[in-house]
Amino acid sequence: MSLTATILSVIAKLMAGSSVRWVDCQPDTCQRVYFANHTSHLDALVLWSSLPRNIRALTRAVAAKDYWDKSSFRRYIAGSVNALLIDRENIKVHRSPVELMIQAIGNTHSLIVFPEGGRNATDEMGEFKSGLYYLGKKRPDLELVPVYIDNLNRVLPRGEFLPVPLLSCITIGPPMWLEAGESKAEFLKRARESVKRLKDI
Amino acid sequence: MMIEDLQFEPLLGLLQSAGWLNVPTYWLVGVVIVALIIASVIGQTLKRQPESTVSPALLRTFNQRVRAWWMMFAILAAGLLLGDTVTVVLFGFVSFWALREFITMTPTRRGDHRTLFWVFFVFTPIQYVLVGIGRGFVDPQTPSAIWWANTFGLAGVDLYGLYSIMIPVYASLYIPARIALSGDARRFLERSAKIQFSLLICVYSLSYAPALVHLDLLTSKPAVNNSSMSTGDVVPPSAPNEEATEAEPVSSATRRPWTEGGRAGLLFYFVLIVQLSDVFQYAWGKLLGHRVIAPHINASRTWEGFVGGALTTAIVGALLWWVTPFRIWEAACMSFVTAVMGSAGGMTMSAIKRDRGVTDTGTLVQGHAGVLDRIDSICFAAPVFYHLTRYFFSDFA
Repeated sequence: MSLTATILSVIAKLMAGSSVRWVDCQPDTCQRVYFANHTSHLDALVLWSSLPRNIRALTRAVAAKDYWDKSSFRRYIAGSVNALLIDRENIKVHRSPVELMIQAIGNTHSLIVFPEGGRNATDEMGEFKSGLYYLGKKRPDLELVPVYIDNLNRVLPRGEFLPVPLLSCITIGPPMWLEAGESKAEFLKRARESVKRLKDI
Repeated sequence: MMIEDLQFEPLLGLLQSAGWLNVPTYWLVGVVIVALIIASVIGQTLKRQPESTVSPALLRTFNQRVRAWWMMFAILAAGLLLGDTVTVVLFGFVSFWALREFITMTPTRRGDHRTLFWVFFVFTPIQYVLVGIGRGFVDPQTPSAIWWANTFGLAGVDLYGLYSIMIPVYASLYIPARIALSGDARRFLERSAKIQFSLLICVYSLSYAPALVHLDLLTSKPAVNNSSMSTGDVVPPSAPNEEATEAEPVSSATRRPWTEGGRAGLLFYFVLIVQLSDVFQYAWGKLLGHRVIAPHINASRTWEGFVGGALTTAIVGALLWWVTPFRIWEAACMSFVTAVMGSAGGMTMSAIKRDRGVTDTGTLVQGHAGVLDRIDSICFAAPVFYHLTRYFFSDFA
């Protein structure tokens, strides 16, 4: 892991004061998709930093290319934490985001995704986009792991650039899979509930 | 500043010539270490015995407490060994962490974000810088202190005048103004009060504890004879001594500069007394308590615990008088007041936690040891202990 990545993760941990809870789930190097609620720019970095080192090396956060590809600084940061940049705007045929993700992870890597799409400004979690469903459908072997990120929106809310060092909590819940015959809407609802449920544990 | 002066001296020489540590303080530190080791051994032994008579919840609380005490002890000991600047810096970090827990526990709105940034990164550091400089400009010694004092016309200024009002006045005025600028009026007064209060408790009040190390202490104890002086301590080299003797006839005919003790010892004594009062109140409450003070606030705090705890603290505090500039009865009074204030702090924090629906500040966000839970009584007792010491046992003119 690069020095920049180490420094970034240390800063993120200090700023976010995050504690990590694994509930009915253990750290494992098997291929997983961690899906979480999205409220702050720090979400991906903090969640990535809170994974054990060996797992961190295998895990790539999915980030928006339109944001992270804008300046060389942003590109450098995204590159050093091995983020997977996905174009949200011009999606080409046969190069859909889900296809790109599946290509990128191969048989070794795990992913961090935020199925709400963008950062959420309200307290209520937004509806999940369908990408998670297609990931589960095309790669049924992937463990889909819900993650609830608490209080990070207060550390660095939308539209602010200076963080306030409050304490946050990351709860990683039991893995789930796409059930046989489950419809897209049902699955996405169930996935959203599984993240929401972790809030109160 | 003290360190800069003397850093080439051997460590022990530094400690003694600075009037920083002394033999009584060593004794007290030694006793506390032994007590903590015994407590740790008991806690760990009971933990290994599955069928013990002690309830697991009680044992867990006990072990948590002992761990917290080791932490506190480590902070104080680091301060004792490395000097007053380190003490102030370490207390600053404790304040920062406590503030973090407090604000995390308190709901704030988006509009408060920039205000919070000021609270964390401007007011808290400034308060501790001011406390750290303290009387540094009164009689500047080091080249840097002399430069600052002369350049900014600060020579002779005791920064107590500023750090004792910076947060209650200036920060308290700034906070609502900054929230108003954010344009969100919803529950405005409540939000301002929350932030002001958290800054007052976690930063302002706590900062009085390390401020103790800058007082030029006076004592009414009879002067010790020369033989015990020489074994006990070396007379501080600097001016405060003479200054005090000059000022003495005016204000206090019977008091003399306290040269045989260490100021760090007084801070150690204060923290020890507050912690002991917590323990005694708990013990008395368990033994005799049946009249609960306020069941809706805290079901385990009883009048019996409160009175018994405060009186026991007064007795123990009196027995430790030899670490302090206080005479025996003075030490008893100081310890009693400290215990009462500590208890008030515990009750207040219980009320806040009950209002927020949490039992420990640590459990709001899982996995954090609640620093605030451990220092609430210190926060309430520190300003009172400081001011009593300042007005009755120090040369503050």
